[in-house]
Amino acid sequence: MGTINEVQEEIVEEFSLFDDWMQRYEYMIELGKSLPLIDKQFKTDDNIIKGCQSKVWVHADLEEDKLVFTADSDAIITKGIIAILIRVFSHQHPDAILEADTSFIDKIGLKEHLSPTRANGLVSMIKQLKMYAIAFKTQLN
Amino acid sequence: MDVQKIRKDFPILQREVNGQPLVYFDNAATSQTPVQVIDTIADYYKNYNANIHRGVHSLSQEATDAYEAARKKIQKHFNAAQSHEIIFTSGTTHSINIVSNGYAELLKKGDQLIVSALEHHSNIVPWQMLCEKTGAELKVIPMNEDGVLIMEAYEKLLSDKTKLVFVNHVSNALGTVNPIKEIIDKAHAVGAQVLIDGAQSAPHIQADVQALDVDYYVTSAHKLCGPTGVGMLYGKQSALKRLPPYQGGGEMIAEVTFEKTTYADLPHKFEAGTPNIAGGIAFGAALDYINNIGMDQIAAYEEELLNYATDLLKKIPGLKIYGIAPQKTAVVSFNVEGIHPYDIGSILDKLGIAVRTGHHCAQPIMDYYQIPGTVRASFSFYNTFEEIDSMVEALKKAIQMLQ
Repeated sequence: MGTINEVQEEIVEEFSLFDDWMQRYEYMIELGKSLPLIDKQFKTDDNIIKGCQSKVWVHADLEEDKLVFTADSDAIITKGIIAILIRVFSHQHPDAILEADTSFIDKIGLKEHLSPTRANGLVSMIKQLKMYAIAFKTQLN
Repeated sequence: MDVQKIRKDFPILQREVNGQPLVYFDNAATSQTPVQVIDTIADYYKNYNANIHRGVHSLSQEATDAYEAARKKIQKHFNAAQSHEIIFTSGTTHSINIVSNGYAELLKKGDQLIVSALEHHSNIVPWQMLCEKTGAELKVIPMNEDGVLIMEAYEKLLSDKTKLVFVNHVSNALGTVNPIKEIIDKAHAVGAQVLIDGAQSAPHIQADVQALDVDYYVTSAHKLCGPTGVGMLYGKQSALKRLPPYQGGGEMIAEVTFEKTTYADLPHKFEAGTPNIAGGIAFGAALDYINNIGMDQIAAYEEELLNYATDLLKKIPGLKIYGIAPQKTAVVSFNVEGIHPYDIGSILDKLGIAVRTGHHCAQPIMDYYQIPGTVRASFSFYNTFEEIDSMVEALKKAIQMLQ
C-alpha cells in the first residue's frame, strides 16, 4: 500500500486518461463497484454522513495502527466518490489521514463536475473520514 | 401565444450550461425573469431610489407612488376587494409566519388546526411551532396513492374545535391541484378560517380571492417571473384587523410613546421597516408581463406541455410518475426503477437540463411513497416541446449510464 500522496497521484493519472466528463463519470461509477462494502450491522442511521442528498454510510476499523474504511451509498455516483476517498484514506495511519491534503480532487476534475449539493456532500465525506482519524488517534495514544 | 417571441424576453434562456443549451425545468422552485422585470428594477435604482411613505421630497413621492401602484396591480390580479388587504412580505414563508405568529394570541389549548399531507415544509413547520406554543392540535388531511387529498377524511376532521385550515392550492412536489373552494366552504361551515398557500398555483391558475371567499392567500413573486425576496399576504380586512402584528418597528405604528404604542392601519400594521421597494414594484411589473400574455393562454399551453411530457416519460421502461391527480399543474415528479433520483439529476445537469431532485421540502409525501425523493421537471410557458424532447433523450442516456 502506497502513501496517501502516492495513491492520489495514481488516481489523478487514471482520470487523466479520459477527456470528457461522461467517461469520467462512467469510470467513477465503475470504481463504486469495487468499494469495500460496509457490514450490514454498521449500516445504521448513526453511521450516515450528514450533508449529502443521498445516503452514505461509513464505518472504520483499526487494523494494527492503520484505519480501514468500509462504506456504501444508495446513489451510484456518490458510491463512486466515497470509493475514491476510501481508496486514498484506507490502510493509512490516523496521523497521515489528518495531515492529508485533498487537492487531488480538483486535479481529477471531480469538484467541477459535481453539482453544488454533491460538492458539499464531498466536503462532508472528507470531514467524516478525518473525524474517524481523530477518534482512533486518541485510542492509539 | 408565440413562444419563440416570449423566449426572447428571457436573457437567461439564451445561455449554455456545461456546453449545452440550457433547458430550464425547475420552474416550480423559481421562475426566470423577463427583461421587462429586470429593467423595472434597474430603472428604480437608476432613477427614483428613495425610502417610501415618509419623505417630503419628490423622489420619495415617486417611489411611494410606484410601490402603491404595484400593490393595486396585485389587488387587481387576485381580485381583492381593497388594496390594503394586500400586505407586502418577503415571500410565502414570511406571509405564513405572519399569520401563524398572530394566531399564537388567538388560540387556546384544545383548539385544532388542519393541514394537508401534500404540504411544503413552510406550510407545516410554522404551525407546529404554533401548536407547541399554544397547546393547539394539528390534524392532517391524508392523501391517496394518486396524490389526491381524501375529502371524506377532511370532513371528519372538521369540528367546532377547528380554528384554522391551511392547504396549498397546488402541491409543489406532485403538481396536484387541490379542491380549495370545497375546502374553504367546509371550513367556514364550522366557523374556521382558511389560509391558502398559492406559491405553486399563482403562476398557473388565476385565483380570485373574493370568489374563493378565502381568509388568507399567500404567494411569492419569484414563482411568477418576479424577483426573489418579495411576496404577498392577502387577508380579508376583518381577518387582518383581528390578527395581532408580527414585527414591531418603524412604519407599522400610529403613535409611539414609552407608555403605549398604537399600531398603524392596514396594510402598514404588518409592514414594519423599510420594505423591498424595488422588489415590490417589480412584482407589479411581473404581473403586468404575465397578464399581457394572458393567464388562460398560459394555463392552456402548459397543460399541453404537461401532457406531452407525461406521454413521453410513461414510455420509458421502469419509470414511475408520482402524483397522477386528474387536476395537475405542469409538474412531473418521477423515479426510474433501481436508480437514485440524485444520480439522474446529476447526469441531466451535465447535459444542460436543470431539474430538481430530492424531497422537495415535502418529506411527508416522500415518506408516504417510501422513497428518498424524486426527479421533478416543472414547466413554464416559455418552455417548448423540443426542450421536453431533449430532456427525454438525456434521460435515456442517463439511464443507460446508471443502470
